[in-house]
Order: sequence, then structure tokens, then C-alpha cells
Amino acid sequence: MTLWLEAFNTDFWYAIVGAVLLVLALGAFITSRQLIKKLLAFNIMGSGVFLIMVGLAQYQHGPDSVPQALVLTGIVVAVAATALALVLIRKFVLKGGQP
Amino acid sequence: MIPLLLIIPLVFALLSVLLPRLPIKAIAIPGLVLQLIASIQLSVHTYKHGASDYALGSWEAPLGIALHANGFTVTLLTLTAFIAIVCAVYALIYLKRYEHEQRYFWPLFWFLLASLNGIWLSGDLFNLYVGLELLTFSAVGMVALTANKASLQAAIRYLFAALLGSLGYLAGVALLYGQYGTLSIQEIALISTSDAPTQVALALMTVGLLMKTAIFPLHYWLPPAHGGALAPVSALLSALVVKASFYILAVLWLQLAPDAISPAAAQVLGALGAGAILWGSWCAFRQPDIKMLVAYSTVAQLGYLMFVFPLSIGTSAAAAELAWQGTVLHLLAHAFAKAAMFLSVGTLVLAIGHQGIKDLAGVSHRVPLALFSFGLSAVSLMGLPPSGGFNAKWLLLQSALSSGQWWWFIFILGGGLLTAAYVFRVFSVSFIEEARHKFAPTHWLLDVSALTLAAAAILLGFVSQWPLTLMELVPGVQS
Repeated sequence: MTLWLEAFNTDFWYAIVGAVLLVLALGAFITSRQLIKKLLAFNIMGSGVFLIMVGLAQYQHGPDSVPQALVLTGIVVAVAATALALVLIRKFVLKGGQP
Repeated sequence: MIPLLLIIPLVFALLSVLLPRLPIKAIAIPGLVLQLIASIQLSVHTYKHGASDYALGSWEAPLGIALHANGFTVTLLTLTAFIAIVCAVYALIYLKRYEHEQRYFWPLFWFLLASLNGIWLSGDLFNLYVGLELLTFSAVGMVALTANKASLQAAIRYLFAALLGSLGYLAGVALLYGQYGTLSIQEIALISTSDAPTQVALALMTVGLLMKTAIFPLHYWLPPAHGGALAPVSALLSALVVKASFYILAVLWLQLAPDAISPAAAQVLGALGAGAILWGSWCAFRQPDIKMLVAYSTVAQLGYLMFVFPLSIGTSAAAAELAWQGTVLHLLAHAFAKAAMFLSVGTLVLAIGHQGIKDLAGVSHRVPLALFSFGLSAVSLMGLPPSGGFNAKWLLLQSALSSGQWWWFIFILGGGLLTAAYVFRVFSVSFIEEARHKFAPTHWLLDVSALTLAAAAILLGFVSQWPLTLMELVPGVQS
């Protein structure tokens, strides 16, 4: 058992945790009806993908600057998406929509 | 020439955001002409010298952004520039009634063009992701322009569907990078194998992109978003935006890792396309609202694009080439015809003041040109000769026959009949003499722009050889 665990280094665990986060958040995204909850689930899914991206690449190829640059860009995109979604949801609720 | 196609729309986008006092409407048209000239020049260059690459700011990949122009991408660039210019002329007149929306329309419009051009030109997987996201943001913004409850709901639904789709795509990119240590499509194409991580990555990316392309049964977000938006926005969304994610899907399946894909998976995608044709046409047939009818027609027509996979994976080279040519022609013809259809429907709705199909009574007398453009675009959508749509379906049929897949033959032919069924609902009402409503006069430029696009869809039937000749210059794609 311990031998099997040692074959996985920290980077691989990042990827595994990322995958778990991704699946859990995807479940929450699909099942929840509230828009804000969906948005939170989307953000957690994003974090899961970023963990996979960095963890898997470092596990396979050692320390690597490219996935870190990608994740940085990805975070910016996710922040922009969250901001846009929040504005739309706020306007929608102000017009009498169900949050 | 390549960077100009990103710089022009970005400069105009920034100008429209930062200096709203400038006559942003007036400068849009010269800007679009510049963009059209740049894309035509790039096409000529590609025709003479073949595909070309460009490293942005002399930063080489992987940290820099590599741009790549081949025969397929320059065709799409020119298509984008042409449709954009016609939609812009239409929007200049149409948006006069929407003073508030107008201020936000133009910056979003330019950002939309910049992200489309970015996607067509991008040579690596991650830039495609960024392009997809930027495209989503501007498209969602344009859907939400009128900011009433229905359009905001449609925009939120669209945004969530698109975000989910791009995360699926990004997860696939993460797996591919982990596997191959590069993001360049050309490099991965050389070394790709059919191992498990590659297949999982492709599956994730495919589902994500199907969601963004609104392929049945993941199309639920498209009709309210496309049917509820302002006419020029609907035209841009249906003609161009959904094609961007299809383009990426086609690149993945046919160019990036053709070995990793089993013919069975390709058949599944074909079945989804067939489902889209049946379900989209049925829903279009049942819509009481004309804009929703056109939106569901988009769902149906997107189904044809999926046939490229079963017809070109695991079949002979000749069948694959026919399928690819037919699909490209269908993409172009649908872009022209659907943009024309949304614009002409916008004019009709403007003239009548109502969106119901039964309200169309009498339009054949009062708004004949708009109805004529609608009819011309319908000819191409139905696939009647002579039109771009006919040539596209003809090539697809030939490919289905030569690869012995008669079941797709039925759907390709049947789809045309179904299209005729829902389009003739509109005609049967519009030739009723007695009008139900008073007609408002419409500007002649609205008619001219819709007619230009509809004529382009028909003319494509005569000059289909042009895009196909350019297409042959694509390296790596089935030939």
C-alpha cells in the first residue's frame, strides 16, 4: 500500500485532487438551481482544471513555466467570466428574475 | 498581414469603448472595409505562396502567441469580414431606434470580430481557448443588449452553457499538454497516439465544443439567445459564432489526432447531427414566433456539419475529401443564408411591429424585398439548385454514397424536405392579401443588406470552386 502511494508524488496528487474537485463541482453545477450557486460551482470547477493543468504537466515533465503561464491567463479569464455573470445576474434579479 | 487582422478590430474596439464621443458608428464602416481588404490580401497571399506563420511580437511558441494562416482560415477570415460589413450597415439603420443599446453594440461588435479572427488564426490549443472565451463574452454581452428580463435570462443561460463548454475544452487541453508537453496543433498532430489520456482529452473537448456549437441535445441555450437578440446580433451569432467552436472540433478530429478516433465515435457524432436535423426542424415547424423559427432552423442546419465525421473517418480518401468540401460549403452557405434570413426577418418584424407568424399576413405586398431575401436564403437552406446549399448537400450525398453509408443519405435529403416544411409555413401566411396590422415604412438599406447576403448564398452555388481551391492548400486536413 505504501509502495503504491510512493509512486505518486505531490504533483500527481494535485492532479487527482483537481479531478475530484472538477467532478464534485460539475455535479453541483448541474443539480443546483440557484444562479449564484452555479457560478460558485463554475469557479470551483475552474480551480480543479487549473490544478490538473499544473499538476499533471509537472508530474510528466518536471517543473515547467508554460502551464503556470496558462493558469495565470485562465484565472484572468475566469475572473472576467465571474464578473460578467454577476452583472447579468444582478440585472436579472433587479428586473424581477429568480436568482 | 496576419497581425493586422487582430489589430484592426482591437483598435476599433478600444476606440469605441474609450472615446464614445467619437462618431463610432461612422468610423465602423471604413474600419470594416480595411479589415475586408486585409483578409482578401491575406487570401491572395495564401493562394500564391501557401500557408504562413507569424509569431506575435517575435515571441516564439510556447510562451509567445503563434498565428497560422492556411487556405481554410483565410476563407473563414474573408467570410467573417464580409458578413460583418453587411451586418454593420444593417445595424447602422436598425439600431437608430435603440439609442442606449447602440453605445454598447459597437465595442462588443468589434471585440466579437477580434475574437473570431483570433480563433481562425490561432495555431495552438490554449489560444483557441482564450479566443473561445472572449467570443463568448462579447456574444453574451450582445444577447443581453436590450437588458429586459427575457434577454437577460437568455444571456445567463448562454453564458453558463458556454462556460461549461469551455471548461470541458480546457480540461482536455490540460490532459493533452500533460501527455505531449506542447500546445501546438501541428506538433501534436505529428506525435499523437491513441492512448487513454488522449482519448479522454478528446472526449472532454468534444463534449465541451458540442455544447458551444449547440449540437442536439446540447442546444437548449441557443433558441432563446439567438431568437431573442436584436436582428443584426442574431445574424452574427447564427452565421459566425457557432461556427467557431465547430471549426475547433473539426481541427481536433481531422487534424490533431485522427488516429485516436474510432469510426464508432464518428458515427455517434453523425447520429447527433441527424437528431439535430429532426428535432430542430420539428421545433421550427411548431414555433408561433418567426424569430424562434429561424433560431430552431439554425439548430437543424448545424446538424449537417456533424456528418463530416462519419463520412470522413474510416472511409476512403475520396469520400473523405468530398465530405470535407461539402461541409465547408455548407458552413459558408449557411453563414450567408442564415445571416440574410435573420436580417430579412428583422426588417419584416420592424415593418409589422409583431413577431408572430400569423401577423405576417400581407407582407408580400407591403415588404416584398425583405420577403424576397427570406425566400432566396430559404432556397439555399433547403438545398435547391442553384445555390451554395445545393452544392454542399450534393457533395455530402456523393460522399455518403461513395462510402456506402446510405443512412446519412436519407437524413441529408430528408433535412431539405423538413426545411421546406417550416419555411413554407411563413410563405403560406405572407401571401394572404388581407393584412392584420398597419405597416411601418422601412429603410431601403435594410433590404439591400439582407438581399446582398441572400444573393451571396445563391452565388456561392456558381463559384463554389473558389473556396474549394483555397481549401486544397490546407496541410494535414484530409486530401
